[in-house]
Amino acid sequence: MKEPLLKRDRVYDFLAPVVIPEALLDTRHGPILYLEDITVTFDGFKALNNLNLTIGDGELRCIIGANGAGKTTMMDVITGRTRPDYGSAWFGSRINLLGMDEPAIAAAGIGRKFQKPTVFENLSVQGNLELAAAGNKGVWRMLSAPLSAEQRDAVNEVLSLVNLQAVAAHVAGTLSHGQKQWLEIGMLLMQRPRLLLLDEPVAGMTSAEIERTTELLLELAGTHSVVVVEHDMEFVRSIARRVTVLHEGSVLVEGKMQDIQNDPSVIEVYLGE
Amino acid sequence: MLMRLFDSDRAGSVMLTLLALLIAVVPVANLLVPPESSLHLSTYTVTLLGKYLCYAILAIALDLVWGYCGVLSLGHGAFFALGGYAMGMYLMRQIGERGVYGNPELPDFMVFLDWQALPWYWQGFDHFWFALVMVALVPGLLAFVFGWLAFRSRVTGVYLSIITQALTYALMLAFFRNEMGFGGNNGLTDFKDLLGFDLQAGSTRVALFVVSAVSLAVVYVSCRAIVNSRLGRAVVAIRDAEDRARFLGYRVHYFKLWVFTFSAVLAGIAGALYVPQVGIINPSEFQPLNSIELVIWVAIGGRGTLWGAAGGAVLVNYAKTSFTAVLPEVWLFALGGLFIVSTLLLPRGLAGLFKRSKDAS
Ligand SMILES: Nc1ncnc2c1ncn2[C@@H]1O[C@H](COP(=O)(O)OP(=O)(O)O)[C@@H](O)[C@H]1O
Ligand SMILES: [Mg+2]
Repeated sequence: MKEPLLKRDRVYDFLAPVVIPEALLDTRHGPILYLEDITVTFDGFKALNNLNLTIGDGELRCIIGANGAGKTTMMDVITGRTRPDYGSAWFGSRINLLGMDEPAIAAAGIGRKFQKPTVFENLSVQGNLELAAAGNKGVWRMLSAPLSAEQRDAVNEVLSLVNLQAVAAHVAGTLSHGQKQWLEIGMLLMQRPRLLLLDEPVAGMTSAEIERTTELLLELAGTHSVVVVEHDMEFVRSIARRVTVLHEGSVLVEGKMQDIQNDPSVIEVYLGE
Repeated sequence: MLMRLFDSDRAGSVMLTLLALLIAVVPVANLLVPPESSLHLSTYTVTLLGKYLCYAILAIALDLVWGYCGVLSLGHGAFFALGGYAMGMYLMRQIGERGVYGNPELPDFMVFLDWQALPWYWQGFDHFWFALVMVALVPGLLAFVFGWLAFRSRVTGVYLSIITQALTYALMLAFFRNEMGFGGNNGLTDFKDLLGFDLQAGSTRVALFVVSAVSLAVVYVSCRAIVNSRLGRAVVAIRDAEDRARFLGYRVHYFKLWVFTFSAVLAGIAGALYVPQVGIINPSEFQPLNSIELVIWVAIGGRGTLWGAAGGAVLVNYAKTSFTAVLPEVWLFALGGLFIVSTLLLPRGLAGLFKRSKDAS
């Protein structure tokens, strides 16, 4: 998990620049996310087993799979929380995700929504978004520099995008479950990410809220690459162009929603349940 | 700028006003009002008040790291004691030839141990400025190294609390040993003067009180400024949802490390102000119980408010002084009871009472 302190070819974390310039992200020659042979073992149990996955730039991809298929673990690998036993993970063709910690990956342009909606409950909605704003997030900078005009504008923009203007001043803890999900998505957008990973974004939402979320995600796709993990088949059907089915830590099938639905192996392991 | 800081902090403004009043009244009541008058404030009381103010600084330091950053340190007494020892070493050096053994170079306990020369780590402490630097540097450095190891490895919660407790306990054992060169069991005491001013003189005591009050005000204002800044909000965010903050791009361990170290420096300053007023520093200041009592002051006062912590420290210690005068054996039980009652009935401490009545109005 930890890098050895004495490796000479590595710069110590605290000396390395925290913000990785966006220019580094290079998708000219291929996908925005490239996972190859990722294997993660927990106490001998393979949560991910030679997982291969490619996400194109601007794509909206749904990932489905039974509970325990490894969907969340895959997101953990991409965002730096879990180091795989082997395999490689690239963001664009130049950024090696496996050498980076969570903040560096976030700064490089990958935003992640947790399975359980997580916002800063004691801060206002606006405060939540302000904290998420892209920019230098070093200790000293946070102490000395106020929010820039640009960041302020971004907050207003995102507030209207996720439809939370009316509650901007409310404490986030008082929001409904669905609103918290939106706020969290809004926080990701504040980071100006290129790739969004959304772990069950409509869990616990009413159908009206789901509809609104569908609109939002379709709006985002194209300017962002979006990976959605979801159980709600209705929702998947309404947004997905391509669907990947995970099973026991590797890709079972990948293809158009209609094809997937009729695939006998998928019906057996997942849809048939 | 300063005014804006207090727009929404009425309790803080009240506290600073009270401090200003104390700074104006206490010197007059002690030095100018004749002792026969009922308005006279004894030097004993002045020193007692000064002591409470040092505790208040310490409580604010803990509140910053616990109330805002969510790091429950059960070893903050160690930083207080280290700051105290740094000041004590300067005061020891000031004694010079006036010790029992009359050795101009060595403090009495070293002569007693038959040491021939001042150990290297005592060098420089004859300069006041050097001691002041050490007051901040030693606790700060220890907190930095400790925090670096702990926060980088993502030690949190109870585990972190336990190792902070172990830290202060280990330091206590170390400082008890004579060969450490800090006076062992007895610690450092029999101080004579500070910057040439007699520590027994009433005027010196009043000056120390005033310096403590001013320090408390400065510490409060700087902590308030931190808490109100974006850094303050980031720290609260880390307290409430550490992972969310990390995946938003915050290097969580740097934030914790910074707050912890800064807090330790404040604790060291509190200790340095405390020692010349009480006239002694010994290893018992490191005892784990002290750090736990400190947590109770903050819990009773109300964590996450700064002024609540300061108020809690003063109130609980006032209660302690009154209580131990009458029933010393019962104090710890009373304190425990107070803690339980406040956690059950006032989860946000006494500060919560004020906030609630304000919300209601
Ligand atoms: N930290 C962990 N320690 C041990 N086992 C884990 C851990 N995280 C996940 N697992 C196991 O790995 C498998 C995949 O989990 P997960 O990725 O959460 O599945 P999904 O999100 O697809 O429901 C599960 O069987 C789970 O029990
Ligand atoms: Mg999951």
